[in-house]
Amino acid sequence: MSEAIDYKVIGTSPIRPDGVDKVTGRAQYGADLNLPNQIYGKVLRSPHAHARILGIDTSRARAMPGVFAVITGADFPESERGAIGGEGGGDVSDLAKNIMARDKVLYHGHAVAAVAASSQSVAEAALAAIEVRYEVLPPVLDLLSAMQPDAPLLDPNCFTKNLPEKPERPSNIAAVMKLGRGNVDEGFAQADVIVEGEYRIPMAHQGYIEPHACVASANEQGQTTVWCCTQGHFEFRAMTAKVLRMNIADLKFIASEIGGGFGGKTVVYLEPLAVLLSRKARRPVKMMMTREEVFRATGPTSGAICRIRLGARRDGTFTAASAWLAYEAGAYAGAPMGPGAMTVFAPYVLEHFQVEAFDVLVNKPKVAAYRAPGAPQSMYAMECAIDELSIRLGIDPIDLRLKNAAEAGTQAPYGPKFPPIGLKACLEAARVHPNYTRPVPAGAGRGVAVGFWFNVGMQSSAEVHINENGTVTLVEGSPDIGGSRASMCMMAAETLGVPYEQIRALIGDTESTGFSNVTGGSRTTFATGMAVVRACEDIIAQCKARAAATWGVDADQVLWEDGRAIPAPGVNAELKPLSLAEIAGNAARTGGPLLGRASLNAQGAGAGFSVNFADLAVDRETGKVDVLAFTAIQDAGKAIHRAYVEGQIQGGAAQGLGWALNEEYIYDEQGVMQNAGFLDYRIPVASDLPMIDTQIIEVPNPSHPFGVRGVGETPIVAPLAAAANAVARATGVRIHDLPLAPPRVLAALEAAGG
Amino acid sequence: MNKIQIETAINGEVVEFLCEPQQSLLEVLRETLGRTGTKEGCATGDCGACSVLMDGRLVCACLVLAAETGGHAITTIEGIATDAGLHPIQQKFLEHAALQCGICTPGLIVATKALLEKHPEPDETTIRYWLAGNLCRCTGYDKIIRAVQDAARELAHPA
Repeated sequence: MSEAIDYKVIGTSPIRPDGVDKVTGRAQYGADLNLPNQIYGKVLRSPHAHARILGIDTSRARAMPGVFAVITGADFPESERGAIGGEGGGDVSDLAKNIMARDKVLYHGHAVAAVAASSQSVAEAALAAIEVRYEVLPPVLDLLSAMQPDAPLLDPNCFTKNLPEKPERPSNIAAVMKLGRGNVDEGFAQADVIVEGEYRIPMAHQGYIEPHACVASANEQGQTTVWCCTQGHFEFRAMTAKVLRMNIADLKFIASEIGGGFGGKTVVYLEPLAVLLSRKARRPVKMMMTREEVFRATGPTSGAICRIRLGARRDGTFTAASAWLAYEAGAYAGAPMGPGAMTVFAPYVLEHFQVEAFDVLVNKPKVAAYRAPGAPQSMYAMECAIDELSIRLGIDPIDLRLKNAAEAGTQAPYGPKFPPIGLKACLEAARVHPNYTRPVPAGAGRGVAVGFWFNVGMQSSAEVHINENGTVTLVEGSPDIGGSRASMCMMAAETLGVPYEQIRALIGDTESTGFSNVTGGSRTTFATGMAVVRACEDIIAQCKARAAATWGVDADQVLWEDGRAIPAPGVNAELKPLSLAEIAGNAARTGGPLLGRASLNAQGAGAGFSVNFADLAVDRETGKVDVLAFTAIQDAGKAIHRAYVEGQIQGGAAQGLGWALNEEYIYDEQGVMQNAGFLDYRIPVASDLPMIDTQIIEVPNPSHPFGVRGVGETPIVAPLAAAANAVARATGVRIHDLPLAPPRVLAALEAAGG
Repeated sequence: MNKIQIETAINGEVVEFLCEPQQSLLEVLRETLGRTGTKEGCATGDCGACSVLMDGRLVCACLVLAAETGGHAITTIEGIATDAGLHPIQQKFLEHAALQCGICTPGLIVATKALLEKHPEPDETTIRYWLAGNLCRCTGYDKIIRAVQDAARELAHPA
């Protein structure tokens, strides 16, 4: 669709249909449900980062008044193997061991037992009464040490995958991946300038404000209902069924409102425990994580070490690039090294490149998806290397990127040729943006970086019910994490030709609507939106048929315009148009209720590119870095709800800046995280940030009826390098390792001679 | 465990409850009294999701013992809207798309009410520092600040 189309609803910013409940405290989030006869579940967690479990004695806890159930790893069935699927990656049996340790604990905070009791305080006392005997083992905490052949092993059965032959000895390297094209030696030989460097990016947490929470209620036949905050209740149902070897039909999952996820609520932690506890206690069991548990025992994103080598001619043309990328998986395999490898060079035309990536086990929590998983780490390194090249060659950083930018027809490093993409349009918009053409403030530096994410499609379902007065109920299966109900209603309004206010969207539970994958991968507005549009088109076809029957004409003699059936030109002009309300009101006489539906596995998610630039100032006495201005330009394909697209871009910018400047998991030598709270793991607060200026570019995605590309993940990618490049230009000192917290910046300035 | 009997006023309504001595106001509001509009993000006073007013003063409900609230007046998010409808702060949060997931929103709205009662026409820096105790992970704060600025304008100069 071209931009010339005059949309009535698409591209505006109406108030979200779930808004009033969210500003008045009515909306129910994960921890907001309380059921009659409910008791509380809590988890006992390992005090060691690496240890063998020699024995667990729960007898004292079981005997305590008010304790209804106690479970350990021995209460779980032997789980099946196989991929979990979705964005997180990993294996079902690993998932089972991650939510409740069996013979070994692999990180500080790993669950070893759980109780259900009449109150939270009784549950806590019961946890204290459980005795666990451990044989403490040396923890493996550092990526490079973990990769050594003589490193202590987390899993003696871990043999590196994807090698030509199965290795003779196990190691902590769970898998490797190689990607390449051309001949890098030849490419580097053509270079006039080569830059290379090693960059370290710390483990970081999604930092959603709502801790994980659920309520499970099982009956005597095993039929179980679970209310929880989740990015995908269908996938939570599948995971719970696999881990507990239950019939999926016995599990009903209801998604509550969700207080942030960013990828971190795509895998189960509490839900299978709550189901088991409820089954044993025969009462509803509510479980809520503390913030400390969220940090220690959910899935942060990988720390990584990225080595980049980039060669270019004097005119700035890239001749070759290579990358060596090592990602922390945490306790079980499944680091996002694949996407890291596939994104690192994706924005650029490169005849010769090679990438080698590693998925490495360490005694830290098993990582989960976090907004564009894998890309911020590898692309941070590449975008810093480009900045160094820009300085060395004396070429403007936007011009240098424009010279090498991928466009429609460029073969992506991960295989296919790009369809129309917006990278060049973003770069050209950046070059003339008033925030870029104005002078850099005194004492500050201006950093530029590009971001990229593939975006995904996957499966979605939607139903559209036309109520008897012509209003519309839309049922979908994608939890609304940032305003997607509004986008769905807008696409339905545009398609049907009825006012936005006449449409309500609801998120059906696993028994009320068709399967939908997680709200993740930047897929919801694209894929679920496509299902909504198709379901509305189904309604329109039915309405045309009903009108045709009413008028006694053929269905192809009826058109749909502005929410009404009208006779096609040349058909009986006397016929009065029939509105959706009129057709719905007459439905009993024309065939019954109007129900449209669609289910699909969406193909053709358009890749999302962004350009960010930022002005940062560095206090040379303290090393503190201040963000003076931040501008994010991104191709959204077509922005359905403009304000929520801007919000995704602004929120991703804040998260990327937090990771660049402050956020990191800090461990002691025993593998105990030292900053497991919001006081010491400091995410950006309002006074840390300026307004974040956004510009939405719209290069339509030909695979979506309105041209939508996903927008949720790309925004976190570029801020890391934009910030680091700004600091490098402000100080003249290139700091390779994140975060750029005051002690590191100060030490680097002092090492460089103040 | 011996429980303590407390009588307090929540959003103008006299409320009696029994609590354990270590229970926070937040836990009692949510788990005992069913006032779940006040959210828990950390329970350590670091995130502001549980912001409430105690005798008009902005506090984190997780840092107040329930047993301390006897005889005091508590205002929670459920007490911000009136019979006349949404409070202008609530309306401006909606109009400016100042919430995405919405979990921090109740705390931010309560904190904004306290801010605007003390500083009816705050500049951007005042807003940013006053709200620095309320973490939001979704928005980058941009639209929140604009909503607060707009609410301040409307409250100071009603149309």
